[in-house]
Amino acid sequence: MAKIIVDVMPKPEILDPQGKAITGSLARLGYSGLSVRQGKRFEIEVDGEITPERLEQATQAADSLLANTTIENYVVRVDQ
Amino acid sequence: MRVGVVTFPGSLDDVDARRAVTLTGGEAVSLWHASDSLQGVDAVILPGGFSYGDYLRCGAIARFSPVMAEVIKAAHAGLPVLGICNGFQVLCEAHLLPGALIRSDRRTFYCKDQDLRVESTDTVWSNAFTPGQQINIIIKHGEGNYQADAETVKMLEDENRVVFRYINGNPNGSLHDIAGITNERGNVVGLMPHPEHNVDPVTAPTRDGIGFFESLARYLGALASRTQGGTA
Repeated sequence: MAKIIVDVMPKPEILDPQGKAITGSLARLGYSGLSVRQGKRFEIEVDGEITPERLEQATQAADSLLANTTIENYVVRVDQ
Repeated sequence: MRVGVVTFPGSLDDVDARRAVTLTGGEAVSLWHASDSLQGVDAVILPGGFSYGDYLRCGAIARFSPVMAEVIKAAHAGLPVLGICNGFQVLCEAHLLPGALIRSDRRTFYCKDQDLRVESTDTVWSNAFTPGQQINIIIKHGEGNYQADAETVKMLEDENRVVFRYINGNPNGSLHDIAGITNERGNVVGLMPHPEHNVDPVTAPTRDGIGFFESLARYLGALASRTQGGTA
């Protein structure tokens, strides 16, 4: 089934406490020099073909619900 | 004074909020998240808790519940609305208040008695306090770190819309030590601390939460006398 992917990330200027915790944990495990920011990935299954209208619909969904644009950015793309 | 308290799936403090309304002389009315009726209440409280399990983001799902469509409409028309903790998060997600609440910069869940300064008494929910008054109210949250862009924070400060500020220590990294804010009109207030827990000496070290309900009563009283004066 065709899929649309929406990636949501905290904006660069917004603190990401979860990412910081993961970064700290990685360093303790010996993975030095890695800095993590944590986001979310939404996989949206679509009935039928992915049309420009479907992508527009997913973009609206991302803007209204999946992301909070005050603190997050999102990218909508077709799963290849 | 009929005060509606919304119960979402996962609300925790709706019972305490209703009890606080009753203890301070009001009539508490239970409002259900899936209903689109506000039952003609004079004010609405969105209580603390973990609505919809905090799925997606705190308050993000609750914001689209049927009752919220009515709350948003009524708030724009001037209905007093108080969002406490998760209720504050819902108000931000609903864009009734600007900004957002993210995880504490210390990544810990705080549960303690917190000193606050009342910065603005020019709201429906804070007019019974005096400007600069120090109060102590319980906080208990993991995601109360208030964030907004610099322009929004400047606007809040310039327009005296920061209502409560953390003092003697910022528990969560909140910008400008912000604990609570209001909308332009002063009828919608959101804050992370829990005034409904500070109304009874049996369960709290202070009764500073009573001021919130006194403020509402004073506002509604003034509104009623103005309406009567107008029709007399």
